[in-house]
Order: sequence, then C-alpha cells, then structure tokens
Amino acid sequence: MTDRRTAVNSVKPLNPFSTFARILRELGSYKWHLVALIFAGVISVAANVGGAYYLKDVLSVIENAGKAPAETLLSELGVGVIFMIFIYLAGVIGTFVSMRLILTISTGVLYNFRVKMFTHMEKLPIKYFDARTHGEIMSRYTTDTDALREMISNGLPNIVSSVLTILGVLTMMIVLSPTLTLLVLGMLVVMVIAVSVIGGKGRKYFIGQQAELASANGYIEEHIEGQKVVQVFCREDKIKEGFGAINDSLCRAETAAQTYAQILMPVMGNLSYVNYVLTAVVGAFLVASGRLEGGIAVVIVFLHLSRQLSMPLTQISQQFNGIMTALAGAERIFALLDEGEEKDDGYVTLVNARKSANGIEECDERTGQWAWKHYHRATDTTTYVEWRGAVEFEHVTFGYVEGETVLHDVSFTVSPGQKIALVGSTGAGKTTITNLLNRFYGVTEGKIRFDGININKIKKEDLRRSMAMVLQDTHLFTGTVRDNIRYGRLDATDAETEEAATLANAEYFIKHLPDGYDTVITADGANLSQGQRQLLAIARAAVAAPPVLVLDEATSSVDTRTEALIEQGMDKLMEGRTVFVIAHRLSTVRNADSIFVIEHGEIIERGNHEELLAAGGRYYQLYNGMFELD
Amino acid sequence: MKKLLARPRKTGKISFGEFASCVKGYGWQTLFAPIFVVCEVFLEVFIPRVMTLLIDEGVSVGNTDAVLKYGGLMLALALLALVAGALSARLAAVATMGFARNLRKKLFDKIQDFSFGNIDKFSTGSLITRLTTDVNFIRNAFMMLIRVGFRAPVMFVTSIALALDINTRLAMIFVAVAPVMAIAMFAIGAIAFPLFGKMFRKFDAMNARLQENLIGIRVVKAFVRESHETEAFRKAAEDVRNTQVKAEKLIVYGQPFMQFAMYGCMVAVVWFGGNMIIKSVDGMTIGGLNAFISYINQILMSLLMVAMIFVNLVISSASLARCSEVLREKPEITDETASPDLEVADGSVVFENVSFGYGKDTSKEILSGINLEIPSGSVLGIIGGTGSAKTTLVQLIPRLYDVTSGSVMVGGEDVRNYKIRTLRDSVAMVLQQNVLFSGTIRDNLKWGNDNATDEEIEEAAKNAEAHKFVTSFSEGYDTDLGQGGVNVSGGQKQRLCIARAMLKKPKIMILDDSTSAVDTATDAAIRKAFAETLKGMTVIIIAQRISSVKHADKIIVMEDGRIAASGTHEELYSSSPVYREVCDSQAGGVRDD
Repeated sequence: MTDRRTAVNSVKPLNPFSTFARILRELGSYKWHLVALIFAGVISVAANVGGAYYLKDVLSVIENAGKAPAETLLSELGVGVIFMIFIYLAGVIGTFVSMRLILTISTGVLYNFRVKMFTHMEKLPIKYFDARTHGEIMSRYTTDTDALREMISNGLPNIVSSVLTILGVLTMMIVLSPTLTLLVLGMLVVMVIAVSVIGGKGRKYFIGQQAELASANGYIEEHIEGQKVVQVFCREDKIKEGFGAINDSLCRAETAAQTYAQILMPVMGNLSYVNYVLTAVVGAFLVASGRLEGGIAVVIVFLHLSRQLSMPLTQISQQFNGIMTALAGAERIFALLDEGEEKDDGYVTLVNARKSANGIEECDERTGQWAWKHYHRATDTTTYVEWRGAVEFEHVTFGYVEGETVLHDVSFTVSPGQKIALVGSTGAGKTTITNLLNRFYGVTEGKIRFDGININKIKKEDLRRSMAMVLQDTHLFTGTVRDNIRYGRLDATDAETEEAATLANAEYFIKHLPDGYDTVITADGANLSQGQRQLLAIARAAVAAPPVLVLDEATSSVDTRTEALIEQGMDKLMEGRTVFVIAHRLSTVRNADSIFVIEHGEIIERGNHEELLAAGGRYYQLYNGMFELD
Repeated sequence: MKKLLARPRKTGKISFGEFASCVKGYGWQTLFAPIFVVCEVFLEVFIPRVMTLLIDEGVSVGNTDAVLKYGGLMLALALLALVAGALSARLAAVATMGFARNLRKKLFDKIQDFSFGNIDKFSTGSLITRLTTDVNFIRNAFMMLIRVGFRAPVMFVTSIALALDINTRLAMIFVAVAPVMAIAMFAIGAIAFPLFGKMFRKFDAMNARLQENLIGIRVVKAFVRESHETEAFRKAAEDVRNTQVKAEKLIVYGQPFMQFAMYGCMVAVVWFGGNMIIKSVDGMTIGGLNAFISYINQILMSLLMVAMIFVNLVISSASLARCSEVLREKPEITDETASPDLEVADGSVVFENVSFGYGKDTSKEILSGINLEIPSGSVLGIIGGTGSAKTTLVQLIPRLYDVTSGSVMVGGEDVRNYKIRTLRDSVAMVLQQNVLFSGTIRDNLKWGNDNATDEEIEEAAKNAEAHKFVTSFSEGYDTDLGQGGVNVSGGQKQRLCIARAMLKKPKIMILDDSTSAVDTATDAAIRKAFAETLKGMTVIIIAQRISSVKHADKIIVMEDGRIAASGTHEELYSSSPVYREVCDSQAGGVRDD
C-alpha cells in the first residue's frame, strides 16, 4: 500500500540484441573516443601478449648459459631486456589511456542518459506519473542507470579485452607451437564447458535470488513503515514469523546463487593449473624428442601464455550476469524514453495586448493585459480575444481507463469572476473536472472552452499559465522562499514577490524565518509547517496572477490561527478571478456564486446555497447530513 | 565498491559479540571455508615450485621419468586444489548467507520489539536501510573476510617464502617493490576517499531534485516550469559527472600503476635472474626463473587483494556500527512491571497528574498536569490545534509511550501493571498514519481478530460504513490491496482501518483524526453505529471537525499540552471562547437555521 515500495525489476532482458544495438547507437556521440579506445586497448593487449612472446627470445639467450661466452650472452640479454621495457611501457600507456577514455565515455554517456530521461520525463503526460509509483520511476535513474554504467565502464571493456587477449594468446601459441596449441585448445574446450555449466546454473539461481530479494525487501519496507500499526494490534510475533519464512527462502536462494558465483574462480583457476601441468609435461616430451623448435624457452613462454587464458574466460562469464541485468535495465530506460510525450497541437497563444479604439492590438511590451492570438487558417486571418477567464464545458465525457467513464455528459458555463464550489463525495469526479480544465488529461468526448476558445486549440503552456492551482498537498522545491514564490512567475520582481506574500498572509512567518525570504527550503519544505507551506502555495499562485484559480481546500489539520490566515489569504486571492473550489468548508460553499453537486460523474444539482436548499434535493440532504447532530 | 564509499562514516561502537553470534548454526562452515582456502593456496603455490624441479631435473636434462613424476605430482596438486577451492566456495556461500540470514532476522525481530519511542529515535527509512543495504555490505565483507581475507595474506607470505627459498637475492626485488606498492595504493585511497564523499553528496542532490519533481509534477506542469526544472536537473547531473570524473581519475591511475609494477618486476627478474644464470652464480636455474615469473603475479595480486579487503572493512565498519546501534537499543516499554494474570476489568480511563516528554529530554514537557476521568462506556471528544498534544495524550492509554510522571489507569489499574498484550487487546486505536498491508481486504481486517467469521467481518465493515464500497469491488472482501491491486481512496482506507479496529471488540476505542477524509454524512453514520451497536465501549475521538465530537458525553479542549477546558458541547460553547470560535468558523453561522 505504500508508495515507496521498490518495484520488482526483472533482470532478464526481453530483446538483448536490439537493446544492445540501441545502446551502441547512444554511444555514437563518442565515436572518436571509441576509436581511440579500441586502438589503446589493442596496444595494451598486444603488449601483454607480445611481452610474453618476446620473453622467449630472452629466455633462449639465458638457456644458452655455458654454451656461449658470458659477455656475448649478457649483452644480448641487455638488448632483450631493453626491448621488453619498451613493449611493456607501451602496454602501460595503452592501459592508462584506455581507462581514462572509458571514464570519460561512461560518465558522459550516463550524463546524456540522465538528462535525456529527465527532459523527456518532464514532457510526459500526468497519466504517466499517476500510473506509477515514485519509487518505480526513481529506479530508472538509480538502479537501472547504475547497472548501465557498470556495463559500459566495466562489463563491455572487460569482455572486449578478454576476447582480444584470448585471440592474441591463441595466435602467439600457434606461432610458437601448433602441437602444443592443439593440447591447449582441448583444455580450453573443457574450460568453456565448465564456465558455461557453472555460469548457466549461476544465472538461473541469480534470477531466483533477485526475485526473493525483492519480496524480502518489500516485506521489510511494508512492515517497518507500518510498525506502529503492528504494535497497536500486537501482531509482532506473527510478523516475525512471516519474516522468518521469507528470510529463510531468501537465504536458500542466495546460497544457491552465491555457490555458483564463488565456485567459478577456484574451478577455473585450478583448471588452468591442470592445463599448465599438461602443457609442461607434453612440452617436456616434445623437447626431449627434439620435436619442439626453440626448446625450453618455448615451453616456459607457453606455460605463461596458457595461464593467461583462464582469467579472460572467467571474466566473460562473470560479466554476463551484470550485462544481462544492465540490458534489462536499459530496456526500462528506453521504455521511458519511448513513452509518448504530452501532445500539444495548440496554436492559439497568449500575447501582451493593448486595448485601443479598433479593439485589441498585440504589442511587445508588458502591459499587464493579455489576449489570445487566434489564427484561422481557413480565412488566413488572426483574431484577438481578451483574456478574461470564462470557462465552458460542453457535453464533456471522460474516463481515465477506456470503458470506465468518470464524467458523463457534463455541461456548464462559468463567466469571468464567478466562484464555483464543487461538492460531492470522494471519487465523484470533482478532481477530474480540474484535471480536464488544464489538460492534464484530455476529454474523451465533448468540448471545453476557455474564453470561448476550444482548449485543445490553445497551446498547453499558455492555457496552464491562465490558471493557478493550489492543491491540498503543497509541494515546494529546494531553493529559497523567494524562489518558491517566484515559481508562479519567473520574471516577478522582488517587490512583486513580497507583495504576493503579503496578499497570501505569508509575510509574517517569512519575516520570522532565520534568513527571511532567502531562507533555504529543503526536502519538500520539511522545515516548514503544513500551514506555512499552504501559505507559500497561495503566494505562489498570487504572483502568477492568472484569471482562473483552482483550489482544493485542505482537509488536513492546521491550527485554528493558521487556518484563519489561510482562509483570508485565499479570499483575497479569489477576488476578481474565476474560481473552482473543491470545497470542504461550509463557509466556502455558502459564499459561492454557484454550487455544483457532483455524484457519480454527473452534476446532479446546481445553483446557489439558498436555491439548492429550497429545492430539497441531494444538497439539502448533504447539508442536513452535516448537521444531523444539531 | 564505489557505492560502498558513500556510506557516511559515522563512528559508533561496534557490538562484535552480537555479530559473532550470527554465525550460530553455520559454525563449522565458517571454520572450514578458510581452512580449505588455505589448503588451496598452499597447493597452488607449490605448483610453480614443483615446476622448477620438472624443468631443471626433467626438461633441461632430458629425463622423462622425472617429467612424468613431477607432472603427475603437479596434476594431483592441481586437482586437489580444485576440490579444496570448490569446497571452500560452497562452504563460504553457505556460511555467509546463513550469517546474513541470522543477522537480518536478529535485526528485524529487534525492531519488532521496539516501542514507539525507539522507532521515533530512528527514522523508518534509516531502519529499512540498515536491514537491507547495511546487511548487504556486512554480508559482502563477511564473505570477503572468510575467503579472500585468508587467501591473500597466505598467498603473499608463502609466495615470498618460496621465492626466498629459490633465490634470496632475487627475492629482494619483491621485498623492495611490495612496500612501494602498498604506499602508493594507500595514498590513492586516502586522496580518493574525500573526493568520493563529495561525489556522493552531488548524487544525493541530483536524486533530491528528481524526487521533488516526481512528487510535485502537477505543480511543475501547472506552472509550466518543465524547462526550468530540466535545466536545474541538467546542472545537478553535470555536477555529478564532473565530481565523478575527478574522483575516479585517481582510481584510473591505479591499474596502469599496478601493471607498471608487475612489468617492472618481470623485467628486473629476467635481467638479474638471467645474469645469475649466465654467470652461474647463486645457484640460479632456468626452472627457478620460471617459478619467479609465476610468483610475480601471485604476490602483486595478493597485495592488491589485501588493499581491497582493507578498504572494504573500513567501509563496512560504518554499516556494522549502524546495525550495532539497532541491536544495542533497549526497548523502552516492556512487561517487566506487569502482573501476568491481570485482566482489564472495564473501559474506564483515568489520568492522574500525568506529565510527559518525548525521549531523554523530559524537561521539555509535552503534556503537563493532566487529570482526566473517562467513565467506562462514555464518549470523549478531544479538540485542539496542531501541537496541542492530543495524539500524545491518547497514546499513553495503550501504553505506546510511558508517562514521565503521574499515572494512567485503565479499568482501575495502572497501565504498567498489565501485560502489554492484555492491555492492547482491550484498547483499539486507529492511528493518524493509517496503514493497510498487502493481502486481501479480508486479511487486513483479520488483523483485528484472526478468528473472525465472515459474518463478523461484514458486520464490522458495515459499522465502519465500508461494506458498501467493498462489495462494489468485483472480488469483494477478497480484493487484493497489494501491489498491482486496487487502490482505495483516503476515505475508504480510513473506513477499513476503523473496521479493522472494531473487529477487536475492544473495551476502549480511540479514533485519532481517523475520519478526516470521510465525508461528513458517512462520518456521522459511523458514529451512529458506534453508539447503537457497540454500547458499553468507551470511545475517544480526536477530531478537527466539531460535528465529529459534538455529541460526546464530554469534550476536552487541548492547548499546549494542557486541558484548557472541558464539558459538554453546550457548556463549552458558552464557557470556552476558543471552542466557540472553532465552532462558529466551521458552522459558518448555520446555527440560526
């Protein structure tokens, strides 16, 4: 029931190949970095493998100890060692350059992903957010992005360098001795089988472990968050028992998964020793029978080369889980990026205007007066309509889910400056009306008009600029008090901001904050009381100064003094504006120009307080329900 | 590993005993995992040594018998090492996951025993982190300790010892390089650590920005601030990238440096070793040289592993300290003072000179001088502004907190004389922070009474005005409330919580602002049901709406932790200006109707 519950994220990608291809395309902006990276990587691997190969020549020199004059051998050894130094130096530089490039690429790609996701997310319709928990969306930016970063900075480079190393080592081996290479290849097959068997089992149990982990974490979160309730109902023992069972099965799954994860290294490491031994023995026989060109030196180099084979094989297997997890995460990230943006084909815009003898004229400077600029394609003319705040619903039908209508054929007209109270029980459709008004959701049937213009024709941002919302839950953003008020209109001057605060009755408490208007608000305003936050929300709406206001009266507890302040602030804010109030207070209802009683998605009664009381309908019942205790 | 560095380095005491006891049940696995690791290392280290003999006594002189003998020996060693390694891996997996299981259970059970005061001290978020993330860090550290923790040092020491045995002078290369490596790694760690701390603060800032946007998305959209927010997020993401590059740059130097040291050793071994062989001094052989080259890798790798273990332990010590904090915490409320057989006689409640302050700072009194008598079967209404301590007052009744001084009596006995279970079974409380759990509606309601029949459940739901909407769901009482299940509205949730409490058939029912999201008509219906069907139950109602408490036998007005006024609605309306003000503001002058 809690919002914060972590979503169960699959670790199995659906289309690993196409997802991978898409990630590669995302890497496109770093193509020169990638070219350089591959170059540096090849140098690093080549130096590693080549160094070992070159060791053969040096060892041959040493092998001849006693067979040639020491001085000659020493100077040959010296030359050999200097060569080795150069090869290895190249290798070190190659490694350094490639690691540095990987850092730049991985952090850069991740930065691009984050910004892209966020930019896109901000354009998504409200529907997207309503259908998901915050935790779920958050994990796109945290868990999934982390897995992706791990893959780009670690998994992929490791696999590429592992493959290169294996290829390099095998090439060297064939050059040194095809016979011994055959033996190594035989062992390699055994190792590959071992890796795939252990890795395959490991993967299976890994997936099981992730599922168990998610359910255990879910249980922990749910019951710790609700622990006070657990105590009130004395359920501690039951809950402990429940956790015991989940914990045990998590332990079993983890043990199975970890067994395979842990066993891989010793098995591979020691299989490589078996290979090492077999190579030595067979090599020795070949040397003894004179069938190996290059003698002991070749055997020794072979030995060291064969030791280099097991590491990359283990690496590939170990990276596999991580890469699959990352691909599954990437699929979720791409799903977010592919989510359809909030559509806006509105073309009627809000412009600064001036009234003159010929009607309304558009102008560049800020006049404080606004007009809708409406271009008619059919006649190629532009008309200007005064920005006043008239709202009209014409046979509006709407459902959040197809087939389940929430509003049925709702029609009403509100003239500028009218106050409308929406009354009705939870789920009757009050909030839905406001959701449609600012196009958080689009109507299924019917039309909504703002100042006589179909709101589907109005550019969304201009439509939303025309109405301010003060919601029950006040959300503030990290920044100063001033920034938060100015959120209503970014170009508001300090004087205008303070004026708005005064109007909202917020002036008093702001002055008493440690830094006044410059006090920094953190964590959704946690350092302010509920009432203070509401006052700021009112100030924020006041600074926006739109013709239409949508208020959702708070039911939550604030003390009487603050409540009075809020009410006064709201009253001042409502002056001269078209107002829709989701009403919880009787005084609001009584003062409204018109009351809409909404039931099951229909306006079943409308009129002012006296009229509705006289009608003796649902409002009358509701009203008396409120006072049946009298 | 980067993530580990994020842990705040809060230094606290670590209760090692508590952690040691988590090994219970997995003792021999914990013991034998490292023993097998050590076996594996010994076997592994001896392979290059035997190889020296194979090369010098076999290959170099063309002795095939020696080749077969030493080859066979090595093969046996390698296979044994494989078995030892695999065994240790399995044992370590069993031991580690068992350890984690015990630790999680221990922490979870401990937290279940916490009383409200203990929970308040930790935030729920931090408790969850301790049980999940911190346990994972500790688990990983434990695994590392029992395997790599033995592997690396043993490997390091035996490799060096065998190298010394082959050729003391040549082994000096290792003796010289090892400390340089150690110092370099330590230096990188020391410089990188604070940079990582900085990076994680930037991460937090970015995530905070994101979270704000998710919570306040309606505000962002309503005020058309999408581009403004995107720019703010972009800046935060850029900060993350820049600090990350800065911090990880240092780690980037680590690997090439390690390679440099390895290659350096290689070149030095070949040069000095080659010299010795060519000049035939110090008894150096080509087989010995081969073994040396093998040891380079083993020694440097084990050094690197030691460094990793060290970093890991330092980091996990923060997690250990955080879990210790939970394990050390003493539950504030226990059954110590209870008489085991005492039953709650009736639903009367008496507050006698009660004072209360949260936590240790009892000097800051939240409640003071409370004297109040609530007769069994009566209805008490409580009204008061935020911070007037209404909730605190009622939480003393089921002993969710203990009084600082004075006493609270239920059924004529001090609450501290009852067993907690006995007391709380008689007192039902619907908290302000309502929570329903995943499972069906029926499962949730059964919290009130495990043995409740379907009829009883329905009756309670009817009394709480929940039956109608529950039956409107296609699956009725079997509707799943968990993830992917039906989302009930705030008002519906409150009604289910009331039904759940009603099923307890308590002697005292406390409603702490539990109908705030329910419309007034439903609210009235619920109260009517209380009055008619649950006669004899004491009801205590905290409310914002006057209409919710108007008909109570007695109403008290709370102000700053004191009872400012008390009486019936009519009495208070004429005697208490505060009460009258609240009444009038809510009734909006309807009284003249």
